[in-house]
Amino acid sequence: MTPWPVVTLVMVLAVAPALPGIATRTRAFLTGRRGMPVLQLYRDLAKLLRKNVVYSETTTTVFRIGPIITLATAVVAATLLPLDGHAALLSFSGDLVAFAGLLGLGRFALVLAGLDTGSSFEGMGASREVTVSAFAEPVLFLCFTVLVLATGELSLAGMLGERLAAVWVLTLPSLALTAVALFMLALAETSRVPVDDPGTHLELTMIHEVIVLDHSGPELAMILFASALKLALFGALVVSLLMPRALLAPPLAALILLGGLVAMAVGVGIVEASMARLRMNRLPQFLVAAGALAVVGVILLLR
Amino acid sequence: MSDLHELLLLGVVLTNFWVLGTTRLSSAIRATAIQGALLAALPVALHPGWSLHIIGLAVGTLLVKAILLPTFLSWAIREAAVRREIEPLIGFSGSLLLGTIVVALSFGIAQRIPLPESESALLIPVALATVMIGLIVLTTRNKALTQVVGYLILENGIYVFGLSQAERVPFLVELGVLLDIFVGIFIMGIVVFHINRAFDSMDSTRLTELKD
Amino acid sequence: MILLPMVLVPIAAAAVAYLARPLSLRLGLLVGTSVLHLYAVGRLWNGTVAPEVGGWLAIDALGLLVVSLVSVLFLVIAVYAAGFLQTEPPRGGRVFVSGLLAFLSAATLVAVSHHMALLWVGMETTTLALAPLVYHRHDRRSLEAVWKYLLLSSVGIALALLGTFFLAAAQTSGRPLLLEDMIAGSGSLQPALLQTAFIFLLVGYGTKMGLAPLHAWKPDTYGEAPSLVAGLMAGALTSCAFLGLARITEITMAAGQGEFVQPLLVAFGVMSLVVAAAFMIGQSDLKRMLAYSSVEHMGLLVLGLGLGGVGRYGTVLHLVNNALIKGLMFLAVGNVVLVTGSSHAGAARGILRRAPITGILLLLGLFAVTGSPPFGLFLSEFTILNAAIGQGHPWVAAAMLALLALIFVGMAAVVLEMIYDPPLTEAPPVRESVLLVAGPIVLLALVLLLGVYIPPALQRVLTEAAWGLGGGGAR
Repeated sequence: MTPWPVVTLVMVLAVAPALPGIATRTRAFLTGRRGMPVLQLYRDLAKLLRKNVVYSETTTTVFRIGPIITLATAVVAATLLPLDGHAALLSFSGDLVAFAGLLGLGRFALVLAGLDTGSSFEGMGASREVTVSAFAEPVLFLCFTVLVLATGELSLAGMLGERLAAVWVLTLPSLALTAVALFMLALAETSRVPVDDPGTHLELTMIHEVIVLDHSGPELAMILFASALKLALFGALVVSLLMPRALLAPPLAALILLGGLVAMAVGVGIVEASMARLRMNRLPQFLVAAGALAVVGVILLLR
Repeated sequence: MSDLHELLLLGVVLTNFWVLGTTRLSSAIRATAIQGALLAALPVALHPGWSLHIIGLAVGTLLVKAILLPTFLSWAIREAAVRREIEPLIGFSGSLLLGTIVVALSFGIAQRIPLPESESALLIPVALATVMIGLIVLTTRNKALTQVVGYLILENGIYVFGLSQAERVPFLVELGVLLDIFVGIFIMGIVVFHINRAFDSMDSTRLTELKD
Repeated sequence: MILLPMVLVPIAAAAVAYLARPLSLRLGLLVGTSVLHLYAVGRLWNGTVAPEVGGWLAIDALGLLVVSLVSVLFLVIAVYAAGFLQTEPPRGGRVFVSGLLAFLSAATLVAVSHHMALLWVGMETTTLALAPLVYHRHDRRSLEAVWKYLLLSSVGIALALLGTFFLAAAQTSGRPLLLEDMIAGSGSLQPALLQTAFIFLLVGYGTKMGLAPLHAWKPDTYGEAPSLVAGLMAGALTSCAFLGLARITEITMAAGQGEFVQPLLVAFGVMSLVVAAAFMIGQSDLKRMLAYSSVEHMGLLVLGLGLGGVGRYGTVLHLVNNALIKGLMFLAVGNVVLVTGSSHAGAARGILRRAPITGILLLLGLFAVTGSPPFGLFLSEFTILNAAIGQGHPWVAAAMLALLALIFVGMAAVVLEMIYDPPLTEAPPVRESVLLVAGPIVLLALVLLLGVYIPPALQRVLTEAAWGLGGGGAR
């Protein structure tokens, strides 16, 4: 067992909060503004951790454990990915279902916490969030289907590892399509434009921000961090697809991952700068489009 | 398998989905422009031998499909001040789903067609899918201009199919085909412009005066 | 070198006509070019013509028939246009004459092209050349008509292009897409691809012909286009489209695919007859009526083609008759519109009193177009009927007879009402311009002549063309 899976995991955890900052900064730059500092999220997190938690009188334990579960599931999901390009901390056949399930569980906990406040406002947000995830999860599984078909492996570490490097050249068209689908999925899962606008608190448009409105202090910090981590996880998936690093030395693989994550964040920023937020009733279409790409990826492999 | 032309063909499929999924006419036109550019690059990628025939075909395609027609169509929507496709016969998500089914079908059909030596395994299925997606856009959208875009995509699909026969069809004929398509879409655009003026709308569903 | 100039001179004339300012100069160009064209066609009849441009342009019996029809009809319509444009100045301006001349060029290209892709280019150009003319009146109805015409024809012709590419893929030997080489090497054509090509070309060129159920654009377009343009479409454009279908039929028949091709053609033919009859009963607009009549005659053409045997001879003869009679009928209706302002049976009445010559032309035309003796259409329709019985399709023959009878009733009801009913308002008879009636009279004379006597030269060409349609082989 090499230390590299642990090292890269720590690295990803450490750089995750910078990614939303990079994305937002890119967007600001492209739209002619200066924008907030890249490291702003670190400062926010530090500030939130020092604060007290305020609970609404109507809330119960469900409200309190929501953020904890969200963060915990995101971190465990991270251990399933072969971040150094070779091996994951945790790996077993079929763990891709666990990966999707963990992310789903985190979302579920957050939705429950939002509903627990009893506020109709947060109920609305919860409903929207569930709508998005109802479309997002099948797409995630379609993406995994491409990987399973391409590599014949059933674990994340296996299908993003050496097998992928071997079949990469042959299946590039499929993988490229899947990477695009995953990128679109990442935008939906982490509440970025065009699915959601992280920069707004306007009730008509909010999805994610609505649910977490009542959270405060360290618990809000957990949610923010988990969200940034999810962006990093999807980023890691996309990078692994486009650049299999199984044949590279682990330090180099880690560096490529780092560069890839930054590029992904910049990409998110570019999308945010060039697109408007979609209307709520058009959201399913965005995810159906992502699904269509993944299906074409599957078709190319089945041929 | 993953040579440059495979990626180009994949791009063609993606632009098809783009057109199926977008509500904005300007966005659909941009997609066809990109598709035109991809198509212009295709012959060069398929036949790397820099023959005059191939270069002429690429330049002609680039000029007509990537530059002239999109510019003209953009002019038409600007003049007519139409931006969006509203309430198509089949919804946008529905047509995306239909699009995926059509792509799957095309791959199935392409395996059954006993075509002789094709340069790329993707060429025929992508051509068929593009033809069918063009027909979908043509038949399920209401705005006359979107129908023109659908026709353009249909033609693009046939062009991709024609590339499998590029050596058999003489250059002069290909130029004639390009010119005909250009003039055809040009006239259609003019008619769309008149429809917009006469009916205050580009909705082809309003064209219902003539019937038995 | 005669075929290439026949294509290029009209297109050059079209360009000059677009630049020429005075109307008389444009009309002079129009008539002059068509006379020249007819002269060139005469040269084609009197001697063999070597293939030109590497065999792409050549003349055979069927091509000669079509180019002659186009030329004769075009001259008649050019003369008529001279009268028409002086009565009603075109709002489309200079495009009108240029569009007609461009059509002549493209139609000639279709007729003399022996390269299947070049033929496609010509066919698409005919569609485009006539589009501005359909929109001649610049109102909402003609706008709707031109939109349907453009969209449906373009999609049809696009599918024909796909079929042409399939045809190229089916060919394994000889010069690509050249008619002679494909027929000579028909044994080596790949059957599956050839069949696919045939289906696409049938649908594509069938749309241009207006075979049911691909005819949706036809009544609207013929109804709204100026009558002379509709006449050109119903006579010349459909003949060109039929030629496209005939070419691929020649190839598939030569390849021994008769069992695949013929039932399809018969099905389309019968379907067209049924649809035409259904829509002609109760139709009160004469131009739309004639459009359905055109659907009927196109149906008869493919029916004869599909029945085979003597039916092929009936088809080529009917091709000639149809072109002439459609020109006559639409020009006569054009006169009705000029006199009464409408082609609708409710408004256009008392034609015999208000425009006697046109009234007589319409009356005789009615009998001719419905296939009554002694006109040529009787002969050709009877030949096709004969083929249906002779080739063992008694039910097709019975259906054909019944449908033709229905069509006669539907058509006669409207035409007779228009001719004999008293006019809505009492008005003195108009003086009918020579330019407007000379052409139709010539066409009527030709149709009558073909009913009683077929010149030996024509007979030879007809037989030769019918033989080619069967894919050649033993005579």
